Amino acid sequence: MASVPVARRRRFEDFSWVDFIINALRFIIIALVIIGSANTLLSGRFTFEQWVSLFVAGLAQGSIYALIALGYTLVYGILLMINFAHGEVFMSGALTTVFLAHAFDRSGFLNSQPLLAIIILIIFAGLVSMSVALLLERLAYRPLRSAPRLVPLITAIGASFFLQYTFRGFFGSQFRSYPAVDALKGSLEIGTINIPIVQPVVFIAALVLMGGLYWLVERTKLGKAMRAVSEDKEVSRLMGIDIDQIIMFTFAIGGMLAGAAGVINGLFRPQGVNFFMGFVPGIKAFTAAVLGGIGNIRGAMLGGLFLGVIEAVGPNLIFNGLGIPGSNQLKDVIAFTMLVLVLIFRPQGLLGERLTEKKA
Amino acid sequence: MKRLLVVLSVFALVALLGVAVMPVGAQDCTDEIGCVELGPDDPITVAYMLTISGGTASLGEDSLGAIEVAIDDRDGELLGHEIELVGEDSLCSAEGGQAAGQRIAANPQVLGIIGSNCSSEAVAALPIISEAGMLMISPSNTSPRLTETDPDKGGVWEPGYYRTAHNDLFQGAIAADFAYNILGKTKLATVHDGSPYAESLQAVMADTFTELGGEVVFQGAVNVGDTDMSAILTDISASGAEIIYFPIFQPESEFFTVQARETPGLEEVTLMGADASFADTFPENTGEPAVGKFLSGPYVAESEAYDAFLARWDEVVGGVPPSGFHAHAYDATNILLNAIEAVAVVADDGSISVGRQALRDYISGLTDYPGLTGNLTCNETGDCATGEALAVFEVTQAEVDGNWPPPVVWLPGMDAMMEPGS
Repeated sequence: MASVPVARRRRFEDFSWVDFIINALRFIIIALVIIGSANTLLSGRFTFEQWVSLFVAGLAQGSIYALIALGYTLVYGILLMINFAHGEVFMSGALTTVFLAHAFDRSGFLNSQPLLAIIILIIFAGLVSMSVALLLERLAYRPLRSAPRLVPLITAIGASFFLQYTFRGFFGSQFRSYPAVDALKGSLEIGTINIPIVQPVVFIAALVLMGGLYWLVERTKLGKAMRAVSEDKEVSRLMGIDIDQIIMFTFAIGGMLAGAAGVINGLFRPQGVNFFMGFVPGIKAFTAAVLGGIGNIRGAMLGGLFLGVIEAVGPNLIFNGLGIPGSNQLKDVIAFTMLVLVLIFRPQGLLGERLTEKKA
Repeated sequence: MKRLLVVLSVFALVALLGVAVMPVGAQDCTDEIGCVELGPDDPITVAYMLTISGGTASLGEDSLGAIEVAIDDRDGELLGHEIELVGEDSLCSAEGGQAAGQRIAANPQVLGIIGSNCSSEAVAALPIISEAGMLMISPSNTSPRLTETDPDKGGVWEPGYYRTAHNDLFQGAIAADFAYNILGKTKLATVHDGSPYAESLQAVMADTFTELGGEVVFQGAVNVGDTDMSAILTDISASGAEIIYFPIFQPESEFFTVQARETPGLEEVTLMGADASFADTFPENTGEPAVGKFLSGPYVAESEAYDAFLARWDEVVGGVPPSGFHAHAYDATNILLNAIEAVAVVADDGSISVGRQALRDYISGLTDYPGLTGNLTCNETGDCATGEALAVFEVTQAEVDGNWPPPVVWLPGMDAMMEPGS
């Protein structure tokens, strides 16, 4: 992904109020974070074990955000569009697979062969989400590929509603839950620290999937073609790459990861499965993708993990110390404040590159 | 010529419409806020405003089934007119309540409304319904604000509002009584979800608990839509609470229950919820962690009338009621239909006229109505229930495996807990 560093010229006479206000804002936010954290830590309200368990739960949640965020970032890298219906791609896999999971549970397969059963569930959810993503690309986005950039964006929002209410029509609107897997019950004890087994399992499963994606993009011919298309579509076409095919692959991979995230999420937080479940994770994952630098694969992974951890640790660490009542209701404030912070300090995201005029 | 024809036909159409909508016998109506006039063949229209989709759908289905049973009991007829049931999904939210209220109020034939389920819906819908001259009887609104007239205390009562559900001033108080006196807990944490229902219920619980001599060590809230409760649970764990009272709705209550058991320090803490999670899907979705959780909720003393009602439910709707407010909805529907029957003025040709204020006056003056939920007497701000029909239930493994409702472990006034199943 091309980058041309924009020269930053700063001269004393260039003083602007915008810069001043942004700098003041940076200072205030940093001061609040430091004061809040220091107050909480000095008060000794929480033990070290509690911080560790919050951190690990945050990592597990973050790895799910990361898997979804990869779908945003892959599509953005290639098409420079935000696929706002990606949260619904995640939902489609998670919601459809809950029925298969219950069938496995009733037949006893889920508890006799947990690993195999979960892998089948992940593949099934991946296929469902992949199909939805492919249909989305073919029916909603491809006809609009040469349209102004705002058009596919609005289309994506429309597609998102369309998918939500289609799935509501299929499966109804009640909340369902994934069956509990016996092998994932119980917890790991490391010294005095107590961690539910499911959390490291979720984290590792997500890492494996992300590793697979990284290998695909960096080490295979298909990945090379994807990178080439994201660099320059016209030149890639001249080199004999089928652009449509590569774009379809990109949507397919993003969809599979989202579907897998749906099942992994079902292991981690089994309740609350319904047609609307994709909305909040979708927004959070989008935030994570922007945090990490949209279009950047490692950035999406890092952004997701970072967001998960800060959401878990933040309310208690920062808001508690500032004496804000109802700090846990402000959890989402932390997530979106992080986004604002990153946009103030590093507009290109944590690992993002500054884009040239042509791509930005 | 053609133009003339068009003008004439439009005129004729307007005249026809005018005749059609002209109220029959409107000149007889002396009611302060108007009458509903029905021709000999017009149906009597009653409406429901319930949450029949989403996570709280079982609450709405529970009420709706009872309304159907009550109408079926009269063979779908009242005063020789067919009873027509129309309805709106009020989605258990303020926006849903507002939209549903507006759509129902736009239908001038509606005589009365059974609903809403969630207090948030009623807060938004009540001004619209009251303004339209209609009345609503709620089977499951429990927020104290709805029957409070003083705006400084959060009161939103308006004429035309009634409920057969208990006021949470009772539910919060018996929850505190149970936690402090029966379970012997002294350190309480409360959690709400920002809904008027949960917020006021936990406030009543916390105040009563403090009055009894207990200590409230944590009061917090989660967001509707949260899945990760680890942060707030860690905070509660650090507060040293012995019992957590979280009268929040599904699915947040499910996430909360499961994750509480995973949080270090809270493995053995006592969990207590209220009627918002009093649904058969709660233990089903939550699984094992739900076992041992206490729920306060509506309790209908076993009686022949109630058994007969359950048999009728099985006949008309099928199965068993999915939540705990069906008896309240059945009573509410019967009160409304009785009121219509009592105040309707029937003409010789069978057309009827029902005064809207007369309907309200009838229900406001209701005394000792023998309902399934006890003897109901409505006070001036619409509270018709006494709060006696409440109990504390305990979720056991049987409920996780599909049984419903859970066993009663305590009734207000008892000195000690009963063993589940006794």
